[in-house]
Amino acid sequence: MTTNKKDPVLVILQMTGAYDAVNTFIPYSDSHYPDYRPTLQIKPEDVLAVDDKVGFHPAMSPIKDMYDQGKVAVLQGIGYPNPIRSHFRSLDIWHTAEPEKMIIDGWLGRAIKDIDPNKENILTAVNFGRGLPRALAAPGVSVASVGDLSNYGVLTGIEGHEDRSEALDIFARMYAPMIGSGAVSDYLSQTGLDALKGADILSAAPDNYSSSVEYGGSPFAQWLKNISQVHLSEFGTRVFYTGVNPGTFDTHANQNVNLPKLWGDVTNAIADFYEDLKEHNANEEVVMLLFTEFGRRVQENGSGTDHGSGGVAFVIGDAVKGGLYGEYPSLEPSKLDSGDLQWNNDFRSSYATILEDWMGLDANPILGGTYEKFDFINK
Amino acid sequence: MAEKDTALMAHLMRRAGFGAQYDELERRAAKGYEATVEDLLNPTDETNGMDLDLAERYFIEWNHFIRCVPEYIAFRMVNSANQLEEKMVLFWHGILCTADSKTQSYVASYTELEMLRKCGMGSFKNLLLEISKDPAMVYFLDNCLSHKDAINENYGRELLELFSMGVGMDGEFNYTEDDVKECARAFTGWTIANGIPAQPYGRYSSQFVYNPDDHDDGEKTFLGQTGNFNGEDVINIIVKQPATARFISRHLYNYFVADEAQVPSWMDTPPVDMDTIKMLEDEYFKSGYDIKSMLRVLFNSDAFKNARFARIKGPIETVIGTLRLVGDWTAPKPGFESIFEEMKHMGQEILNPPSVEGWHTGKEWIDGGTLLRRINFIADHVGDVSYPGIQEIVKSLASEGPTISPDNLVNGCLRLLGHYELAEENLQALLDQARQTGDLPTDNREFPQHVAKMLQMIVATKEYLYA
Repeated sequence: MTTNKKDPVLVILQMTGAYDAVNTFIPYSDSHYPDYRPTLQIKPEDVLAVDDKVGFHPAMSPIKDMYDQGKVAVLQGIGYPNPIRSHFRSLDIWHTAEPEKMIIDGWLGRAIKDIDPNKENILTAVNFGRGLPRALAAPGVSVASVGDLSNYGVLTGIEGHEDRSEALDIFARMYAPMIGSGAVSDYLSQTGLDALKGADILSAAPDNYSSSVEYGGSPFAQWLKNISQVHLSEFGTRVFYTGVNPGTFDTHANQNVNLPKLWGDVTNAIADFYEDLKEHNANEEVVMLLFTEFGRRVQENGSGTDHGSGGVAFVIGDAVKGGLYGEYPSLEPSKLDSGDLQWNNDFRSSYATILEDWMGLDANPILGGTYEKFDFINK
Repeated sequence: MAEKDTALMAHLMRRAGFGAQYDELERRAAKGYEATVEDLLNPTDETNGMDLDLAERYFIEWNHFIRCVPEYIAFRMVNSANQLEEKMVLFWHGILCTADSKTQSYVASYTELEMLRKCGMGSFKNLLLEISKDPAMVYFLDNCLSHKDAINENYGRELLELFSMGVGMDGEFNYTEDDVKECARAFTGWTIANGIPAQPYGRYSSQFVYNPDDHDDGEKTFLGQTGNFNGEDVINIIVKQPATARFISRHLYNYFVADEAQVPSWMDTPPVDMDTIKMLEDEYFKSGYDIKSMLRVLFNSDAFKNARFARIKGPIETVIGTLRLVGDWTAPKPGFESIFEEMKHMGQEILNPPSVEGWHTGKEWIDGGTLLRRINFIADHVGDVSYPGIQEIVKSLASEGPTISPDNLVNGCLRLLGHYELAEENLQALLDQARQTGDLPTDNREFPQHVAKMLQMIVATKEYLYA
């Protein structure tokens, strides 16, 4: 056990496209299951069972192994009031933690404001991916958003080392705050210099890093490697965000071909990330939340599954008290919500648990209300 | 041509359009400022100088169901000769908001934006009527779920709060909660046939339908007036309110003149330039709620002419303006997606305002991520000397003689980008840089690269964030 306790770090893994909850965490012994899934059924003998009712998709063995070690909380039946089957709106709801109306700022943006109210660290939150997810957006919150860590920075299109460093010198000179130029100009100066500095700091991360872990070649695996590089560089980042590209898990067709590959890539990358942290004695510092925007239709369409509701999410890490949380929604036809799983566990309960019991923040102002917490974080 | 005339024309075209190359600025300036304003206000060319038949072969289905609507909208912004018309589509799209994230129907979005183009410079009363019947809006704000025995207040509320009057002005509320309910009652029965979205399969167009059986025909009291009001009656009352004149005037000011406080604070934060707002409010009533008349007054006002570089450009203005500057996308071609992604990652996605409140503007466009994205996008484009617009800039600078001095290089680039002005310190930084190399031969093969590098430094400045 290390004694110097580090600040807790949250890593969000967004599985965009809406993975099929039923074939991800499978109610394999439910008598209705084969009826709904004549072609997509995962046979009981292939399911990575955690008990006599449910188990993981066979391609998810890296996560199942972590589950067996007590490091994975399965959040069954997760959802939000009045489910919407639009990818975009549904993601918005997960991002803003506000199902009733459309708002601009995200739940993590509000959390970051709480963690670093005076913006002392420009790298309190770092996103890896194309574009900043709304979850991280909030007025006055600055988040570094990196598409490619090896080529991140100001004026990256200028070729030639000398030309570029000359350009960056001029950039720094021109963004220096000027006396009496006004609040907006000062803000722009600060943002420009922060971006320059942030890029400068971040670009050192790969050089600081060495590891025996070899990550896969997918963008998701590479982004997890980048997260490891930045975390291990100890820049004080508390929230990392990454995921897969839009539509990735949107398995309307050929689900039995696509889903195993996707879960194989994703769970291997997560296991590699965990091993990498462990190699550097940092495995206790990080908790991951893996989620998707909604579940998919219980009844298959012959080759895939259409948009549904009621999903499953996972919280992963050493600090996690592994096990099953929430209830697996009933597959009884009469208990479905327009053919979809009936959610029973408001996603904001899990947000509240993570914010308070892991990050040590007050969840109420961030979520705009109090939600009953789970007990999935070790105290 | 006097420099100050082209500089003023550059300002007008940045605001009333998405910017223009230097030869167009000179051409328009020669025609005169007021004449150009009239050209912009009164488009005559129906195709707006675009080959829409050719466009249709690339953006197949833009006017049908599934794809290519954002591409089509952006293509018009880049290429329409009537720039103001397109600029007004974006203006209203950010106020009378619907988002594809909910409607998930490009055909409905397309229909709505075409309506905004057709009605966006006409009577505001007519525009409110049209948006109240717009299928995307009826679905987006749930008016199709509002019934005479179970009203849904969503549309009734936003019509007052975000589309016409605003919550309050001069520290007073503009309407009460009862007014919201009565307004919503008046719009019961305003619904659509063919629901949106047509999940899980198929999409088809929807039409506005008035269903008298589902309309609450009872007596209503709205903003102090009583009657058996229908939606149209409510709109007639709304457009007469001083609050509506104020609300629209402030929006026009924020979009065309200078960055204002954000909408949610308008009740308690007075306009920065009350005189100009007052002038617009007066014109609103005098012209019978005519947007075109308000725009004419605005563009010809000294307040507008003196407001150069008083607004931070939005991402769509930035991306479209850059494409127009370098001369890319003058004809349709495949591969628009990356351009569309740029706007989105800079914080503004066509068809997807972040909420019914529209996009926040001004400094809220800029954060660390969006700033890098913006600077790198523009710098990558102006740094590419294969673009015709950049070649024109190089040619124009080379025409000054066999060599060009460092000062003429810096000032020439600033001028050809649209008469940008830099703070003393920043100008000095660029001059110092250029003086290191000294006079440059203009017939040298490396000259275009020198120009491109200077353009890249200029577009990376704080000043270039502004329009």
